[in-house]
Amino acid sequence: MHIVVCIKQVPDSAQIRVHPVTNTIMRQGVPTIINPYDLFSLEEALRLRDKHGGEVTVVTMGPPMADASLRKCLTFGADRAVLLTDRFFAGSDTLATSYALAFLIKKVSEKWGEPDIIFCGKQTIDGDTAQVGPGIAKRLNLLQLTYVAKIENFDLAAREITIQRRAEGGIQVLKTKLPCLLTMLEGTNDMRRGSIEDALRGARSEIVTWSAAEAGIPDLTLCGLRGSPTIVKKVFAPTARAEKAQQIEVSDKSMADISEALITEISQRQPGLEQDLLKAVAGY
Amino acid sequence: MADEKFDAIVVGAGPSGNACAYTLATRGLRVLQLERGEYPGSKNVQGAILYADALEKIIPDFREDAPLERHIIEQRLWMMDDKSYCGAHYRSEDFNEERPNRYTIIRAPFDKWFSKRVVGAGALVLCETTVVELVRDAHDKVIGVRTDRDGAAIYADIVVLAEGVSGLVGARAGLRSVPKPDTVALAVKEMHFLPRETIEARFNLQGDEGVVIEAAGTITKGMAGTGFIYTNKECISIGIGCLISDFTEKGQTPYGLLEAFKQHPSVKPLLAGSEVKEYAAHMIPEGGYKAIPQLFGDGWLIVGDAGQFVNAVHREGSNLAMTTGRIAAETILDLKSRETPMTAANLASYKARLDETFVMKDLKKYKNLPNAFHNKHLFTTYPQLISRAAQTWFRVDGMDKKSKENEIVKSFFRTRRVKGLLGDVFGMARGWR
Amino acid sequence: MNDKAQQPAAGNSRANTKKALPEHLKSYKHVWVSVELERGVVHPVSWELMGEGRKLADKLKVDLAGVVLGAPGGTAAAVADCFAYGADVCYVVENPALEDYRNEPYTAAMTELVNKYQPEILLLGATNLGRDLAGSVATTLLTGLTADCTELDVDADGSLAATRPTFGGSLLCTIYTLNYRPQMATMRPRVAPMPLYQSGRTGRIIRHDVSLPEDDIITKVLSFLPDGTTDKANLPYADIVVAGGLGMQNADNYQLVRELAAVLGAEWGGSRPLVQKGWITSDRQIGQTGKTIRPRLYIAAGISGAIQHRVGVEGADLIVAINTDKNAPIFDFAHVGIVADATKVLPALTEAFRKRLSIAAARPAAE
Repeated sequence: MHIVVCIKQVPDSAQIRVHPVTNTIMRQGVPTIINPYDLFSLEEALRLRDKHGGEVTVVTMGPPMADASLRKCLTFGADRAVLLTDRFFAGSDTLATSYALAFLIKKVSEKWGEPDIIFCGKQTIDGDTAQVGPGIAKRLNLLQLTYVAKIENFDLAAREITIQRRAEGGIQVLKTKLPCLLTMLEGTNDMRRGSIEDALRGARSEIVTWSAAEAGIPDLTLCGLRGSPTIVKKVFAPTARAEKAQQIEVSDKSMADISEALITEISQRQPGLEQDLLKAVAGY
Repeated sequence: MADEKFDAIVVGAGPSGNACAYTLATRGLRVLQLERGEYPGSKNVQGAILYADALEKIIPDFREDAPLERHIIEQRLWMMDDKSYCGAHYRSEDFNEERPNRYTIIRAPFDKWFSKRVVGAGALVLCETTVVELVRDAHDKVIGVRTDRDGAAIYADIVVLAEGVSGLVGARAGLRSVPKPDTVALAVKEMHFLPRETIEARFNLQGDEGVVIEAAGTITKGMAGTGFIYTNKECISIGIGCLISDFTEKGQTPYGLLEAFKQHPSVKPLLAGSEVKEYAAHMIPEGGYKAIPQLFGDGWLIVGDAGQFVNAVHREGSNLAMTTGRIAAETILDLKSRETPMTAANLASYKARLDETFVMKDLKKYKNLPNAFHNKHLFTTYPQLISRAAQTWFRVDGMDKKSKENEIVKSFFRTRRVKGLLGDVFGMARGWR
Repeated sequence: MNDKAQQPAAGNSRANTKKALPEHLKSYKHVWVSVELERGVVHPVSWELMGEGRKLADKLKVDLAGVVLGAPGGTAAAVADCFAYGADVCYVVENPALEDYRNEPYTAAMTELVNKYQPEILLLGATNLGRDLAGSVATTLLTGLTADCTELDVDADGSLAATRPTFGGSLLCTIYTLNYRPQMATMRPRVAPMPLYQSGRTGRIIRHDVSLPEDDIITKVLSFLPDGTTDKANLPYADIVVAGGLGMQNADNYQLVRELAAVLGAEWGGSRPLVQKGWITSDRQIGQTGKTIRPRLYIAAGISGAIQHRVGVEGADLIVAINTDKNAPIFDFAHVGIVADATKVLPALTEAFRKRLSIAAARPAAE
């Protein structure tokens, strides 16, 4: 069995700050991490491999420094890692990204066998679009199951997989055939700690690094900025509202007084609200 | 899985561990370096100042690609009381040299760079891997380590403990004790973001020139400690620290001290308009020569902060760390080349080599200073006396100069008395020599 | 993900920043909204998008259309609602294969419709279904898709300007799909307000048949397990929401938020760091990557008000913020502020509301 997991190295967006004067992103010193959603997919892939045998290949498209994230995946226990890096990919939107990744996976298939499952993260914390997984599935003509809460049954011999998918108001139980592309919901598993052997192997492994040409990407005009239908025309900070909050007086006031003052203010600004609250309380 | 064996295991990827691992790896030894943090440097905090001399002896061409902030051309020493400081500044064009002597750095990118070099030299570096115990053979020789990851122990001819000030691994193995609270300081720092031009204007700098301010006085509220302000390219590092034993005794918090330090009328304008980017805390060895533990044994060596290698007077630590790391590596390489076993007797040459260098010489010189610093007057009475003396001297108010001089001298005697003054002077003199 | 946002603020300055729409795409016209119909119920986000679509269609002076995909006989109510919420046209595809949502038949049906009737703009809700479908459709059509928009507008030249947060929400960016059609965008629930329901309004229905033989569809739905109703958060559609942030200091204090919510019959939630600390579950996270809310009253206790949180709550009618820091960004967009310790204000407020509501409730017979 061969499973391919797509990951992305992202800035830890919780730590990104905006320069107070120039309004640009302060990238300096923001640590990069593996997109947290990808880890749930990676762990699921490793569990399937541990149970059914086979190999897990982790791939990413990114700048050269993305190799650190791949190496981390190796220390978690992945069997191999492939980095697709080339200046031609700069400025890729999701369509251009899925184009490149689809061909990367095709090349990986040529060398190490067709994957039975491709895992992607649910979404990235820097883009939040959740589009690349479905994009790859479409280009590789794979069946696509997103928001997977649980893999109920995996029958390699019959080439069938049954999953639970998070839908509105409930869970859809879906069955489909391999090969397919899955994205896992967050919180579905706990990322393991690699053993010392995994960690050593990870530190020693060569990360396969391919340029666009080496990955066999046929049409560079479909990559990077040129291959991106969407373009960013403006980046800006949100405008502050004209009026700041009206402050309730707090000095020398008891908590009870402050509460009363607040309730009065609320009633004045939202007169219907208290009536509706009373109706609700009285059980109407 | 077969048990892994290396020539050397280095515990820790801070400056001393990196210096050691790099030196060993470049000379062809099979090195495994284990770092408990997420990445090298994640557990390290420093002001920070890089001493080029120490690093040049390890990576001569470091200036080519190491992330350096500003090269230092001016040093300011401030003796502060609540509203003033009396200081000595030294600034020289000589420091604008081709290979500057000191730089401010930011540890996170710097340690990452250093670690990259270590990996490039051929060492294996594992992060997020904590050494939980040393493995001994039947003769109690240290032959390897066990980590918090599942799996077998890893073996090596020598284990270098570059584990930092807490010394936990060594202590757990019974090789040394954990440092006492009066030999360790707790320091906190913040990084304040300011545009380059603002920093350059405020500190009178051009290009990549930098300024370092070391401060002492009432800012530590009667406790033994110092503060610092360093200029980086686009931010200012400001910090303060005191002995842990003093914090416990006085019930003060390091963060409270830092806030007060930032509000000092001489400090506040330097930071005006800044955005705080980071807050960090760390322990710093302060015990000096007398607190240095046993540095070597059968199959093991101690380098860096773990060995209390910090010159508290001159606030030097990272250069001692790198130097001890390098010398430990050289000792190991020497023994290896002669195919000599890593026994305590043979590893004693590590300490012998250190004794020849500024590391031990400086620590020996100041071995009585930690004691001298326990004199609280240094941080309370004297700053105030000096401040008042300076004001008396510099105020032009009709009092004749002779009377001013008398007033100043009298104030010292009045406040400290002859006995106190003599004691303070002798205490400092003894500590200094 | 749009990597381009990582370049300096000015945006790109390369080839496709100019509008150079290929000839064959110039005939693409009209604004479409995908109507998310599942088990007989339309997700309200579809109507919120209909409202946004109406504004775009009016500016472009074109038709607004709803797209309803469903099982035979199961679409009538949804179609009627399309017109009531402002659509001029409704495309309907009925097919047994569309009974339950599955990626293959829905993607096939939507792309066939688009290729035949050629809308210039296609909007979908950013729900699990919408995102699953949108990515597949956009890739099949090889067009641009902008996700999780907070604002939609059209430029003078008729291009869709889709604004969304970037870099984890620290900044906003406006994205265009200048030279591809349709221009696709998704929006999260509650980002746009619910439009007016005009009962009795009608429009043109265009039925389209798509061949979707069940045998050709590989994924099968085995069953549907509905969620239990206990303790399920319904933040997006709540009238009153009380939320806590790190200013509540610990999980115990966070309970004060729940107590106030209980007295007000309100929904309760928190900012992102609280999920990471385990004080609340992720379904109660309020903010750009959590739930967007539009309550009549929102009480933010101990929340600093960073932009990631702001975009999730800005639509509230009345925002009350309690924070010890008078410079907290939340006071820049809240309507009413209290500079005080939320852990002290909340219990007092809870008590005050409890008294007020029970005193008044004890009086109804007299009214």
